[in-house]
Amino acid sequence: MEKHYTESKVKGVSTGTTILAAIFDGGVVIGSDSRASIGGEYVSSKTINKVVQVHDKIFCCMAGSLADAQAVIKTAKFQLSFHCVQMESPPLVIAAASVLKELCYKHKDELQAGFITAGWDKKKGPQVYVASLGGMLISQSVTIGGSGSTYIYGYVDAKYKPDMTREECQQFATNAIALAMGRDNVSGGVVHLVVITEKGVEHVVVPGDKLPRFHDE
Amino acid sequence: MAATASMMPIFQQQISSKNDLVPNWTSEEVSTGTTIMAVEYDGGVVIGADSRTTTGAYIANRVTDKLTRIHDRIYCCRSGSAADTQAIAEVVSYQLGFHSIELDERPLVETAANLFRASCYRYREELMAGILVAGWDRRKGGQVYCVPIGGMLVRQPVAVGGSGSSYIYGYMDSNYKPGLDKNQCLELTASALALAMERDGSSGGVIRLASISEDGVERRVLLGDQLPRFSTH
Repeated sequence: MEKHYTESKVKGVSTGTTILAAIFDGGVVIGSDSRASIGGEYVSSKTINKVVQVHDKIFCCMAGSLADAQAVIKTAKFQLSFHCVQMESPPLVIAAASVLKELCYKHKDELQAGFITAGWDKKKGPQVYVASLGGMLISQSVTIGGSGSTYIYGYVDAKYKPDMTREECQQFATNAIALAMGRDNVSGGVVHLVVITEKGVEHVVVPGDKLPRFHDE
Repeated sequence: MAATASMMPIFQQQISSKNDLVPNWTSEEVSTGTTIMAVEYDGGVVIGADSRTTTGAYIANRVTDKLTRIHDRIYCCRSGSAADTQAIAEVVSYQLGFHSIELDERPLVETAANLFRASCYRYREELMAGILVAGWDRRKGGQVYCVPIGGMLVRQPVAVGGSGSSYIYGYMDSNYKPGLDKNQCLELTASALALAMERDGSSGGVIRLASISEDGVERRVLLGDQLPRFSTH
């Protein structure tokens, strides 16, 4: 049987992935799947954590080429900690997102990486920013990214409501990522969630057997 | 500059495409880049489609009817090249009409689906057609068959197709349950199509719905202001 698959345009290990961030009443949830693959044919890691901490209450999710994303995040973390020392206060979420965006934009010809940045700061509370592949930066209350996100646009548009409670938002994020993992062959594994509020940060991992099941499973 | 342009990532988001500077409808084929959906319920099927046909960036027909009658109780939903799907549907209607006269009774939905599959598979290299065949017959009740590009045939309780379908897989997986009744199926189809039309540039216009059962075919249209709406964010 002939193999038909969409050619991956990312060379090397890619986080063909599903990432999501959503604001709820009092905080923000950011989450992702945990699969890293090469060309959509070989799963090079089943349990990679794509949610990376760039500061105490600021996390970001990466999509695209894993190597590019890791390099950009390393540079961004350094620039951000320097900025933090200069300002003598924790950085704003928009500052972190801007640092990533500048790197994505300046090096748009060489890089293939996009980021979702989510966090909490004293000035504006919970925020979500998208720094996309070409270097655009926009703020949204809910956003999804990665190859698996295509399949859940309808679900997210229908199900997301502003001012959900923390539990509702966690369930919404878990369901959305599970649905995407069910349809996208390069997303899979476990669901990593990070819940950020004024009080602090909580990591939640939802393993395979605890994932929500749907009608055809 | 030419060298760097070829290395640019293909997923760049842009406010408007380069094609906006020069109209491209003279060189583009007419396509029903679309969203179509079909759902089985106990006693019949519900089918739905958007109404946009595009030639490149120009919307050639904004009120297209993509739900095509093949026989009294068998309809198909068309996606892909408008020309290809119209031609195939005509051929299959003819073949099925002839077969039905020979049989002296209503044809089976599975027969119609197989006729579609035969044409789509034989001419798979030349055609670009993704079709959902849905209808009611006395033997198996409401049935939905999916004949995607390439010419596979598979029966499914609920199926979506077309360019806009990618965006609603998650919604469909989470909202469909076996055992829905006709009105629930209609609501599910209308909501799913509305969500896809919001996200897919090649889908839009009005929502055309039809429900097929032993008693006949009921058609309706949801116009712009009647489309289901979701919380904007």
